Amino acid sequence: MVLRNLGAEVELIRRPEELARISGLVIPGGESSVMDKLARAFGLAEPLAGAVRSGLPVYGTCAGLIMLADTVIDGIQGQQTIGGFDIAVRRNAFGSQTLSFETDLDVPVLGEPLVHAVFIRAPVVESVGPRTRALATLPDGRCVAVEQGNLLGTSFHPEITGEHRFHAYFLQKVAAAGYRR
Amino acid sequence: MTETTSAFGSSRVKRGLADMMKGGVIMDVVTAEQARIAEDAGAVAVMALERVPADIRSQGGVARMSDPDLIDSIIAEVSIPVMAKARIGHFVEAQILQALNVDYIDESEVLSPADYVNHIDKWNFTVPFVCGATNLGEALRRINEGAAMIRSKGEAGTGDVSEAMKHIRTIKGEVARLSALSKDELYVAAKELQAPYELVAEIAATGKLPVVLFVAGGVATPADAALMMQMGADGVFVGSGIFKSGNPQARANAIVKAVTFYDDPSVIASVSRGLGEAMVGINVSDLPAPHRLSERGW
Repeated sequence: MVLRNLGAEVELIRRPEELARISGLVIPGGESSVMDKLARAFGLAEPLAGAVRSGLPVYGTCAGLIMLADTVIDGIQGQQTIGGFDIAVRRNAFGSQTLSFETDLDVPVLGEPLVHAVFIRAPVVESVGPRTRALATLPDGRCVAVEQGNLLGTSFHPEITGEHRFHAYFLQKVAAAGYRR
Repeated sequence: MTETTSAFGSSRVKRGLADMMKGGVIMDVVTAEQARIAEDAGAVAVMALERVPADIRSQGGVARMSDPDLIDSIIAEVSIPVMAKARIGHFVEAQILQALNVDYIDESEVLSPADYVNHIDKWNFTVPFVCGATNLGEALRRINEGAAMIRSKGEAGTGDVSEAMKHIRTIKGEVARLSALSKDELYVAAKELQAPYELVAEIAATGKLPVVLFVAGGVATPADAALMMQMGADGVFVGSGIFKSGNPQARANAIVKAVTFYDDPSVIASVSRGLGEAMVGINVSDLPAPHRLSERGW
């Protein structure tokens, strides 16, 4: 919806052959363990990991960020990720739903005003590798937004509050990457 | 230092979790072991309870909130969200469930109602609520009381999907009808729906419910689940259908896949093979009226 309002064409991707049609991908919120399971069951995980390695721009929010992390902490037994981000992400880092929250967040790369971010059973980036750049941290110092080349990731959901700057920022990456389609 | 404002338990946060479950399956479980099977199968959440609806139905008696120890053991076993049921109007059961840190409360007609007039004032809670509805007016009354997610009230514990079908058709039809009304007709529409005007006007303008709509009640097969998704449900609750069947693990896996590929008959066909016995069903039309759970709630 946010992407459409920004002028992008949007398609739902569930099958490996559908990857050939896109020049950028958003992996949304949800349950990362379920996404992982289904992505592997339907043969999407491998081709997607290959596409990420070859430069496909991907924006992951919440569970999507977990899918893009090289390492997941507190995953379910056997949980794997697509990988790409040189980070370790702790799944469900804040606790149960009663500890989910919304807050204003300073994201220097997006400038003023603050981003109003909604964290829902959200992950945090627990360690940031040398190839990854932190874009935002909570007041307690925990990292919640990252970028690395054509990859963008946030622990929170900017789209829920009508915030469009992360998606616009991602579309700039997509345009600059000119990934084959 | 930038000044920040944090808020817990806002409508956005409550409705947001339901949003994240869209396209998924929520499974009833009565033990930690079943919860593990559900998580492994790809459930987006589990509903922790002492007896599945089919057993509540056959054993009779007053059905209440589950034992806190059972809920704790299920929360400890899985990392996906855990839901639990409180009786309609029983706000102390809801307080207990919130204190236990469940992720969602289902104010459910499957349990014996504690109040035959009022539902729980759900705005008083940080934890979000899902409530059942048979039609749009009922859904809007629940949303007005603070429900952050709505599900149909198909006849639980029967394996008969016809009531769930009736509810989702009714709700979808009533939403479509509101969108077609002119502005000055919405006042009477609100009166007829016995729902607040503001919510009625919002739906007329947006053409959809302001919260996620799942289907519950009677879903027993991958085909049932896909049927509900093709009808426009955002996701599916499966109660007795999985753990009252011959091979719960295979059936749970199959229903998850059928919901993801609900519009692809070849996938649904392939996952429907070799699942063993489905749960033994009861036709809703054979149920005497006092035993119809969907008539609980007002």
